Amino acid sequence: MAETLFFNALREAIDEEMAKDPTVLVMGEDVGHYGGSYKVTKDLHKKYGDLRLLDTPIAENSFTGMAVGAAMTGLRPIIEGMNMGFLLLAFNQIANNAGMLRYTSGGNFKIPMVIRGPGGVGSRLGAEHSQRLEAYFQAVPGLKIVACSTPRNAKGLLKSAIRDNNPVLFFEHVLLYNLKETLPEGEYYLPLDKAEIVRKGKDVTILTYSRMRYHVLQALKTLEKDEVDPEVIDLISLKPLDFETIGESIRKTHRVIVVEECMRTGGIGAELTASINDRFFDELDAPVLRMSSQDIPTPYNGTLESLTIVQPQQIAEAVRHMVAAKV
Amino acid sequence: MVQERAFPTFQTAPAQVTRAEGLMLYQDMVLGRFFEDKCAEMYYRGKMFGFVHLYNGQEAVSTGVIRAMRPGEDYVCSTYRDHVHALSCGVPAREVMAELFGKATGCSKGRGGSMHLFSEPHRLLGGFAFIGEGIPVATGAAFQSKYRREVMGDENADQVTAAFFGDGTTNNGQFFECLNMAALWKLPILFVVENNKWAIGMAHDRATSQPEIYKKASVFGMPGYEVDGMDVLAVRGIAQEAVARARAGEGPTLIECLTYRFRGHSLADPDELRSKAEKEAWLARDPIKKFSAYLTEQNLADQPELKAIEKTIQSVVEDAVQFAIDSPEPDPSELYKYIFAED
Ligand SMILES: Cc1ncc(C[n+]2csc(CCOP(=O)(O)OP(=O)(O)O)c2C)c(N)n1
Ligand SMILES: [Mg+2]
Repeated sequence: MAETLFFNALREAIDEEMAKDPTVLVMGEDVGHYGGSYKVTKDLHKKYGDLRLLDTPIAENSFTGMAVGAAMTGLRPIIEGMNMGFLLLAFNQIANNAGMLRYTSGGNFKIPMVIRGPGGVGSRLGAEHSQRLEAYFQAVPGLKIVACSTPRNAKGLLKSAIRDNNPVLFFEHVLLYNLKETLPEGEYYLPLDKAEIVRKGKDVTILTYSRMRYHVLQALKTLEKDEVDPEVIDLISLKPLDFETIGESIRKTHRVIVVEECMRTGGIGAELTASINDRFFDELDAPVLRMSSQDIPTPYNGTLESLTIVQPQQIAEAVRHMVAAKV
Repeated sequence: MVQERAFPTFQTAPAQVTRAEGLMLYQDMVLGRFFEDKCAEMYYRGKMFGFVHLYNGQEAVSTGVIRAMRPGEDYVCSTYRDHVHALSCGVPAREVMAELFGKATGCSKGRGGSMHLFSEPHRLLGGFAFIGEGIPVATGAAFQSKYRREVMGDENADQVTAAFFGDGTTNNGQFFECLNMAALWKLPILFVVENNKWAIGMAHDRATSQPEIYKKASVFGMPGYEVDGMDVLAVRGIAQEAVARARAGEGPTLIECLTYRFRGHSLADPDELRSKAEKEAWLARDPIKKFSAYLTEQNLADQPELKAIEKTIQSVVEDAVQFAIDSPEPDPSELYKYIFAED
């Protein structure tokens, strides 16, 4: 079977759901005629028309609010952040209205919407285009936050996100759009709240998500000869966190390394660490180790940029160190 | 000080009403007024909490617009000054009062409070406490009507949405962004500005380079009207026209209603900045008194009839208070209910 590119896997998810349900539509900047900044919606406007692939003016807060209003009144909008960072301008609509309105309304309204697009640190894009909003948004009640990482999970997760009756913040990664993979035949859905065990192991639990999954896997290659046996878990769901899978792993390994691309302060790892201490403290043989991006605006210069995010070599050292310290 | 905007002579034709319509409008305005007076009383008695923004003086706008729409079908989007919009939409006074008391029987189940009234059955989209954030939501509801009609082929999808907001809010980007999109896509929406001259303590003229808000419609290629917001028939006349245009697929209208709030910004506001002369001038234009005089002059009703309506409404409001008092508090075991769609 032919391999499918990451962005096409996302496109298939949208196409399949739009074909099935006329209430599903896409809104955002350049999602229609231009096909999306990473071609996720390429040519869909030809099939579904301009209203279902709604090219909006550059007005993030307002088109996000429009999606909330459309969702409250029965449609299932998918909005694309041309770059997820731009949705800082939509923070109000995402937090107050997508996230909280259902509760505040005492259950009067549902908000079935997906907010998706490219996030993460790219390649020398500068600070503003290299944001990791998952960390900023994780405190908003009522949101689900998902980070996909492979063509296969991207498709199955996006389809589930579109079908979900809640607002889902769906992070893709700028550097992963050209990955290729053979997808399962036919339609499939993946659960939004389940972590993915990437590699089974027993020595240490590595919790990661999005592109850092690949940095972790690269690190493990250099570790093969050292006979360490880590378990690698791709969180997938950043909110809520899948403590069932995480807990099962910790009960086996008793050690945790978090590898994340967001910054250390107030990051996903900070929340994970605190929650792991709350829930599994007795299982731990060592403090949770957090490996995060530096607390700085992502610099443009390539060397400085690579110093900002966690590199495979650092991960390999950390794993070696943690396993060696095992008593 | 800035020059005060002269009150214009309006060009718009007021609505003609039958006796039944006249009484319906009167009743709705009186309900708004009595309900708010009761809120002030209950707030000072410690029965309701937080920020409570009353609507006294502006009744002709809520009644004039919402009662020109189809109840339970058309959508209404409000602000934090939302009690009376909710009542005009048909949300029972009991449910609104119970919400203000924080009770489980409130229209938002005690989760929302004064600034977050919602009712799906009455098509009330909120209740938004942040300035301007309801405007995009309303625009989305209007987009939805167009989408259903044009994409899904639903010929009954001719619902119109009205978004209400204040003068101060028209300096927020969401206002301009949504005027653009609504005009661009010819959405069935009314942007109703309740220009009560003040945004808390900020006089409109001190905040706004072009204080005549209705004129801003023209740059978006949208009709804009200014209307006497103290005259329910004037508001109704414009609203009917705008609703008909919206329903016919001819797009949005910006309506600037010149009005005034008879009380402070909220019940926590000492209201020290507005001059006595200004307040008195506007009190003299009380929309309820004005309409009462009209109804009797036109022989559509007589004073005893209007008094009887007031008496009925007084009992509706008393009943709402009793209902709120008797209603249960939300169940603490349901603290997490309504976070997600499945809850
Ligand atoms: C985003 C935001 N900023 C500030 C406030 C505080 N605030 C509440 S009402 C108000 C004034 C609004 O005036 P206007 O739009 O004229 O409406 P009015 O209260 O007169 O009905 C302000 C500044 C708010 N609620 N939301
Ligand atoms: Mg005002």
